[in-house]
Amino acid sequence: MKYQTVIGLEVHLQLSTKTKAFCGCVIDFGKAPNSCVCPVCLGFPGTLPVYNMEALNLAIKVALAFNCQIQEYTKFDRKNYFYPDLPKNYQISQYDLPLSRNGHLYIYSENKPKRIGITRIHLEEDAGKLIHEAEHSLVDFNRTGIPLIEIVSDPVLNSPLEAFDYLTNLKSIVQYLDVSDCDMEKGSLRCDANISLRPEGAEELGVKTELKNMNSFKGVKDALSFEVKRQTELLKNNDPMIQETRLWDAEKGVTVSMRSKEGAKDYRYFPDPDLAPFYINQPMVERLRAQLPELPQEKMRRFMSNYSLSEYDAKILVSSKEDAQFAEGCIQGYLGKDKKVMVNWLIGPLLSEANLRKVKLNELNISKDELISLIGFVERGDISGLAAKGVLNQMIDSGKTAQTLIKEGNLLQVSDTAELEKIIEVVVTENVKSVGDFKSGKTNALMFLVGQVMKKSSGKANPKVVGELIKRRLTDA
Amino acid sequence: MELNQLTAHELLAKLKSGLVNFNAIRDSLYTRIQNIDSKVNAYVRSGGAKKSDSKADPQGMLNGLPITIKDNICTEGLNTECCSKILQGFCPPYDATVISKLKKCGAEIFSLKANMDEFAFGSSTENSYFGPTHNPWNLECVPGGSSGGSAAAVSCDEAIWALGSDTGGSIRQPASFCAVVGLKPTYGRVSRFGLIAFASSLDQIGPITKDVQDAAILTQIISGYDPNDSTSVNKDVPDYTKSLTNDIKGLKIGIPKEYFIEGLDPEVKSITEEAINKLKTLGASVSQVSLPHTEYAVPVYYIIATAEASSNLARFDGVQYGYRAKSDNLVQMYKQTRAEGFGDEAKRRIILGTFALSHGYYDAYYLRALKVRTLIKQDFEQVFSDFDCIVAPTSPTAAFKIGERTSDPLKMYLSDIYTISVNLAGIPAISIPCGFTKNTLPVGLQIAAGAFNEEMLFRVAHTFEQNTQWHKLKPRL
Repeated sequence: MKYQTVIGLEVHLQLSTKTKAFCGCVIDFGKAPNSCVCPVCLGFPGTLPVYNMEALNLAIKVALAFNCQIQEYTKFDRKNYFYPDLPKNYQISQYDLPLSRNGHLYIYSENKPKRIGITRIHLEEDAGKLIHEAEHSLVDFNRTGIPLIEIVSDPVLNSPLEAFDYLTNLKSIVQYLDVSDCDMEKGSLRCDANISLRPEGAEELGVKTELKNMNSFKGVKDALSFEVKRQTELLKNNDPMIQETRLWDAEKGVTVSMRSKEGAKDYRYFPDPDLAPFYINQPMVERLRAQLPELPQEKMRRFMSNYSLSEYDAKILVSSKEDAQFAEGCIQGYLGKDKKVMVNWLIGPLLSEANLRKVKLNELNISKDELISLIGFVERGDISGLAAKGVLNQMIDSGKTAQTLIKEGNLLQVSDTAELEKIIEVVVTENVKSVGDFKSGKTNALMFLVGQVMKKSSGKANPKVVGELIKRRLTDA
Repeated sequence: MELNQLTAHELLAKLKSGLVNFNAIRDSLYTRIQNIDSKVNAYVRSGGAKKSDSKADPQGMLNGLPITIKDNICTEGLNTECCSKILQGFCPPYDATVISKLKKCGAEIFSLKANMDEFAFGSSTENSYFGPTHNPWNLECVPGGSSGGSAAAVSCDEAIWALGSDTGGSIRQPASFCAVVGLKPTYGRVSRFGLIAFASSLDQIGPITKDVQDAAILTQIISGYDPNDSTSVNKDVPDYTKSLTNDIKGLKIGIPKEYFIEGLDPEVKSITEEAINKLKTLGASVSQVSLPHTEYAVPVYYIIATAEASSNLARFDGVQYGYRAKSDNLVQMYKQTRAEGFGDEAKRRIILGTFALSHGYYDAYYLRALKVRTLIKQDFEQVFSDFDCIVAPTSPTAAFKIGERTSDPLKMYLSDIYTISVNLAGIPAISIPCGFTKNTLPVGLQIAAGAFNEEMLFRVAHTFEQNTQWHKLKPRL
């Protein structure tokens, strides 16, 4: 029997507000443990939480970017459980009236667009961090109370790859909004996954496993792939499936059972009486909607229509906000007729240089004017395309201009016919067979002869000019 | 008369004219405390009786007049332990908002804190880790609770005036048992910031004083919007002393028929009826009204209050502050700390509240209780659309014997049968002395009005007081 994989993801994102969600503590990740704290986020007796409007605004912006319906009436609830990183022993979260529901985003798995529904996005507070040492554990409350949003997808992702693509798209949108670091290693983005298998064509969902402890998108993909295999085996062997939470062990590449459903906690959610319910009115929503930047999807469409880019090229360029901004500047600044020339430079040599250095295009230390100047040299035939790639590399490393580097490297192409004709004479005499081939109509022979001239000129000959000269030389004779 | 026997407004007049100095007032209080508090036990940690008090600003309108604070209101630099072992040694690094307001007005925060039922759980002040407070009118009796220390101290001149807190009657019932004035303000009138929460949606801080004028002055000082408490209401605070007009002619007073039922002590009943007659003779029109959902108030209250308490008290876990039991692992530490740190009543309420919020019971208990709470609130709104205030007994009996009800929690819970509806409805109510039983135990008269209509309470209470002598009687000790 064939099985269909069903995956739903829960993503937690730390919002990059200036202060915490319910107190005035400034958020600063560089500070010593327990220095960004106050009686409120430490949950001291008698203290009360107060809404941080900035956090609410950012959360609503994220919800709007994911096409969610913003709820007019929302409230905060307490999620009760004991843990030392949770000073009040309850987390302020949202239970039955989250601030938004029913959103979606599009992913392009295997180049086909797929709409992924978003069940809900809500706001909550982060817990502290436990640092385990040999003899004891320490708690750092700096993180306690940082605003978090939880983005819950519908269970509609059908492969680990789709899950990976969903996360990539989600991250890209959030980065466009500039509301979170989205750094999974630093914990500003966290992801838990629910996965189950069902017979192909079945309606009913299978028994699900909740996966935790993945700390990269690849980890999510790998953990899900492992689960697909594990669950498929169980189903094929008719072994019993139990609903459980499993932890991903990245080193061993396996998931390990943490607790079964029977061990599931009862969080005893109830409305937090310290925080009055919150009304989100339409003008507020519209004001925030107006502040939304152009998002990747729209930008891609605009690039395609304004600059006649292919969907493929546009998609690559918009995947990061910084790349897209830099690229657009270059494309606009480039005055050549065919924008494709610039686009090819961007998604070819430039992106590969950026990827190599693990930076964004705008961080490559090369201005759009310098890039345009370099392309100009190629277009005028002053240097070869190959030489230009080398120059680009050096420009990035040294910060020198294209002009300087071409001069220093003595890279200007030789277009001087007299000089070239001397070399051609030598090549013609040395390659009698190829000359004969060309004369009998084998045009490939010309390429070979041009190549020989290039070789002898140490690559500096202008191949276009050389081709013309050889043709003239051999036809005249 | 000794200085400590005077009311606050009498002392303020003397301070202002320079006839006395605030040190003399403080000394007279300490002398009184040294003489009788071993019998009354109104104060906790009185071992430090000679400790110097926090520095007041004698320039403020209160001129250094001392005020006694219940042990659940945070005072910077003074231990605030809610009379619980679990908060042993907790010394808050911040003042409650009411304390800041008092200090700004030049009050001196008395360094001894008033005794109370542990975490305000109780109606007799017997549930204190520091032992019970005794009623100054009869040392074998309870002073009521949970603000029994504050009420007893004011009644026997161990305090000039005091702050208590009222979740289900914790100011009014002890005020009535001790023949003093106690007001529970409208929910949201006074900031809860710094009040160690029992039930957040019900708690309010309020004054316990020797007469109505003092109550008006003190309410005025502590009221007002606080950005640190999002449940406080941004509404102007009127000049409450302007309501002290000694005139109730033409006012419409309602008498809720559901309050004059079985369980109401006949003596208390006749004293209350006499008081109502007095109001009539002073020019008010009195008629019977109905609050049809009254019978559900006690169960609704004990579900909501315990549910909130179970979550509010989760933070007392031995991790950051207060008592910590010795243990080698975390879960054991939690369990031991809470087992040893909480008294029986606290444990009982935590268990009740945890149960009410548990999965599968939430809808039947907590959610249903919230719905009935709305009905109770509507009962009052209905009455106040026609009536200026309602008048009823504060408690169905006068003070009972120490130990009499400790083994029967249900009977104890019924002590608050007339006061808890007011908390559920969020409206203000005052208790004033209105007579004594044959055994010279005080009886209190409760007056309640619509939300934010404290002025009505002061007006009616003051008029009654001006035309009776009950508030002038002092216990003989």
